[in-house]
Amino acid sequence: MRYVSHVHKEDYSRRQSVFIIIVVCVAIIYLIRLFHLQVVDPSYKDSADSNAFLKQTIYPSRGLIYDRNGKLIVSNQPVYDIMIVMREIKGFDTLQFCNMLDITKDDFNDRIEVIKDRRKNPGYSSYTPQVFISNLSTFDYAKVQEKLFRFPGVFIQQKVMREYQIEHAALALGYIGEVSQAQIDMDSYYKRGDYKGQSGIEKKYEELLRGEKGYEILLRDVHGNIKGHYLDGELDLLPVSGKDLTVSLDIDLQTYGEELMNGKMGSIVAIEPQTGEILALISAPTYNPSLLVGRDRSKHYGELLNDPHKPLFDRPMMAMYPPGSTFKTVQALVMQNQGIINENTAYPCSRGYAYGGRHKLGCHAHSSPLTLPQSIQHSCNAYYCWALKALLDVNAKKYGSTGNAYDAWFNDVCSFGFNSKLGVDCTNEKSGSIPSRKFYDRYYGADRWHSSTIISISIGQGEILCTPIQIANLAATIANKGWYYIPHLLKGVKGGKIDDQYLEKHVTNIEPQYFDVVHQGMLGAVQQGTAYGGRIDSIQFCGKTGTAQNPHGKDHSIFMAFAPKEDPKIAIAVYVENAGFGATWAVPIASLMIEKYLKGFIPQNRKWIEDRILNGRLISDD
Amino acid sequence: MRAEQNILKNLDWATIIIWFVMVMAGWLTIYAACYDYEHTRIFDMSMRYGQQLVWIAVASVFAILLIAIDTKFYGSIAIPLYVLMIGLLILTIFVAPEVKGSHSWIQIGGFRFQPAELAKYATALCLAKYMSSYGYNIKNSKNFLVTALIIGLPMLIIIAQQETGSALVFAVFILVLFREGLDGDFLIYGALAILFFVLVIKFNNIPLPPDAPIVEHYGYMIVFIIAVLTGIFLIFHYTGDIPMFNVYAITNASIWVLGIILKLIKADLLSYTLISEVSFAASALLFFIYAIIRRSRVHLRVILFFILTAGLCFAADYAFNNVLQPHQQIRIKVVMGLEDDPQGAGYNVRQAQIAIGSGGLTGKGFLNGTQTKLNYVPEQDTDFIFCTIGEETGFLGTTFIVLLYVVFISRLVYLAERQRTPFSRIYGYSVASIFFFHFCINIGMVIGLLPVIGIPLPFFSYGGSSMIAFTILLFTFIKLDTRHTETMAT
Repeated sequence: MRYVSHVHKEDYSRRQSVFIIIVVCVAIIYLIRLFHLQVVDPSYKDSADSNAFLKQTIYPSRGLIYDRNGKLIVSNQPVYDIMIVMREIKGFDTLQFCNMLDITKDDFNDRIEVIKDRRKNPGYSSYTPQVFISNLSTFDYAKVQEKLFRFPGVFIQQKVMREYQIEHAALALGYIGEVSQAQIDMDSYYKRGDYKGQSGIEKKYEELLRGEKGYEILLRDVHGNIKGHYLDGELDLLPVSGKDLTVSLDIDLQTYGEELMNGKMGSIVAIEPQTGEILALISAPTYNPSLLVGRDRSKHYGELLNDPHKPLFDRPMMAMYPPGSTFKTVQALVMQNQGIINENTAYPCSRGYAYGGRHKLGCHAHSSPLTLPQSIQHSCNAYYCWALKALLDVNAKKYGSTGNAYDAWFNDVCSFGFNSKLGVDCTNEKSGSIPSRKFYDRYYGADRWHSSTIISISIGQGEILCTPIQIANLAATIANKGWYYIPHLLKGVKGGKIDDQYLEKHVTNIEPQYFDVVHQGMLGAVQQGTAYGGRIDSIQFCGKTGTAQNPHGKDHSIFMAFAPKEDPKIAIAVYVENAGFGATWAVPIASLMIEKYLKGFIPQNRKWIEDRILNGRLISDD
Repeated sequence: MRAEQNILKNLDWATIIIWFVMVMAGWLTIYAACYDYEHTRIFDMSMRYGQQLVWIAVASVFAILLIAIDTKFYGSIAIPLYVLMIGLLILTIFVAPEVKGSHSWIQIGGFRFQPAELAKYATALCLAKYMSSYGYNIKNSKNFLVTALIIGLPMLIIIAQQETGSALVFAVFILVLFREGLDGDFLIYGALAILFFVLVIKFNNIPLPPDAPIVEHYGYMIVFIIAVLTGIFLIFHYTGDIPMFNVYAITNASIWVLGIILKLIKADLLSYTLISEVSFAASALLFFIYAIIRRSRVHLRVILFFILTAGLCFAADYAFNNVLQPHQQIRIKVVMGLEDDPQGAGYNVRQAQIAIGSGGLTGKGFLNGTQTKLNYVPEQDTDFIFCTIGEETGFLGTTFIVLLYVVFISRLVYLAERQRTPFSRIYGYSVASIFFFHFCINIGMVIGLLPVIGIPLPFFSYGGSSMIAFTILLFTFIKLDTRHTETMAT
């Protein structure tokens, strides 16, 4: 028995359990650790995704914009962003990189500094691509592209920028710009570096134009090389292109209008009365929309912002002026509607209207007394003072009080769309203002005011303020004899439709029969009255001049018109700031616009007018 | 014919099935780890999964051969194989080309082979042979020294090959010795030694606050306090000497009270480190005095413990900063959280954890791992193969593998215990211990609990040397186990 000698030895077989316990303890510790790693702590999952997946956004092409005649005005061009992933750019030749991009070492360092600064770049992560330089043109991209492989962690992202086929309609079209942090916070669709419409059509119809972004999930190995689509692209999302829009602008008319307004400050708004479609929307001075595209965008934007003539100020929508004599047409209609006057009512004028004993509201020389159409034709101030007196003072009893009479007047006036935003598809429309009864009650005390107290509103001065678009809409409403569509820029959406509110007829309080006399007066104004200078032999049209008093300088010249008189095709309002009396600048401009729109050309015998306007400069160049 | 049938019947099929499951799971994992879009054929010899299939086949041939060989053969070749292996290891240092800083691979023709893998096998056999020899007693110091030499010699040579990871494997034989009667205190002292090393490195490297009145070495302080407290345990453990405990406790308490009072009077007069050193020295002195008074050798053992602790403490700092190579220092610091370097040394560990962590509960699915497939994890098919398992099969998969290893090792322990001969038992424990060490170190490293030590996960990691070596290691034992039913008399 060879093994007997071992038998008497101590038996250590119980120690097998110590061995097993050690093994089990290690296993338990490892399982706890694994449970923590794999099930409890989600951060590893995120790190893994940012490691391996490169979710690359595919930007949809933004919807194109056409004018009412199908002319392409806004399209897209590819631009290229240089993206860098900070943790991958180790060990490359910075100097070479800077030379390639034509920047200095300091530029490079500054830019890196900004990228890393979480205050300026809150979305910073060293794992994700950051924009190093944005908006390289195709030309610059071609120079860079072939050298790019030398720089690990640097790659190109293609984007689409706007390209303008014309140099006009900048404010109406608006521009697109990089989203701000506030915009990102408001709408999670946007990510840093995205562009969105920031004004005009681009802003208003952003959701139609932008389409839907897509993305592709790419697999990226440890060296940053793309190894294909994750799950063969099963999870990728194709972008949906933005919808093409047709705007109501007639781009030729728009261009012509901007040329006419060159060197002047003011607005032209032209509307098609039957539809409310805006044919031209001109703010002067203006700028070339292409300035706000591409790498120098912010530089140009800064220059425009600091320009003393405020080219970024959307005058047709935002500038509020007293409507002056153009408002007499409203008075004529409302007073008729209230039964205060009729077409035969005549009032005297002796170079003005005396009121309150010592005061007199002046008027220019014309025959007296005048009937209603004649008062429009000659723009008599006194006539409307008398009419206002008749309403507020003489007939106060009929309404119960002056205040009630004013309320009746106020409601009729507001039915034209004054005192509130019309609802134009322009983002920055202002409402203008018609003083309310309350306003005067507060100012003068309840029932302590009369026609003489507020006499200036009779001729569209004083507290009344209107925007050019409201006056153009007034012209359209008069042309239509009492109704209008909300002026709008959107004519059609490819594969969609325009907002219902632009298909809804708005009817004023004024009975249609009262318009004939106003038409008559406005026709007279053009043919032998205040707007005689704008007369066009072959086109009968109606117009009304106005002068907006300007406490800061020379008065503003206003003219509103519609043409032709029968079956009007265009209603227009022209404002020329600091141009004095309405007839001098606004009338010929409107007249040329009308002729250009209706005929398509300006005949030889009127070229001299055109030349005078085109060369007329009312603002200094500095 | 009868003998043949007998062998098949006596094979422990449970272990063989576990082996088969591991090898297959390992191969699938290598396939997944190397899988890419250009090479999708399973038997592509240009890819590692294709080559691994060859290694599996070769290993299986070895397995069958080993089962066919007579059991007595293993006992007889144990010592010649060991001597041969020692020679080979030494030779390797001189002939092996440098691969990643170490000289551990021998190149013969197109084959590369790591003798260190063989060394484990040879050492296990030699150890079994020597420890099962007639009259062997581990408590005999001559026997113990020879045993230590058998284990230590290959270890030192492999360290000389700059292959520290493989060398560390030999430390696990302490478990075998423990099973064979090594005093359990050695296990505790071993554990304490590792603990003290970690504590000294970790806490001595903590930067002091700028307003600290005096230089402190918190590592030393903590270790000395633990050592003094261990002294209390040892008093009860060895002697139950209550009077001595009283003196011991009062002495140390007095030193601390006095030290703190002095510190309150003048903060920069002495450091806490000094107080703990004085307390430590006084404790050692007490044991020495009591060894003389009580005429006891047990006390001397405690004094040895104190001396070794002090030596370890002061050596640890020195060894860490002067003996370990910089990359090893950093690996240790990364695991201790002293250094966070996600680009450098921490990169592997960080990426490994990301890969495993991203697997979630159920994993991303076979071949759907992204981290491993896109090469984020280094050595993803060799030392870090566990990442691929974690990423593609999730917590369920990793749990399965961990439990599979526990079952596997437990089975080996069970088999070892049922052996009739000490030779088979000791060899069986060696096999179980080696697998345990690889399991413990490899997974511990991958999940960030242990420093990066480059040793493979048996049957999973890619590589012919390890696949064949582990298979030989295992099947030798399976063959030895076929004799467990035979009577001792044969």
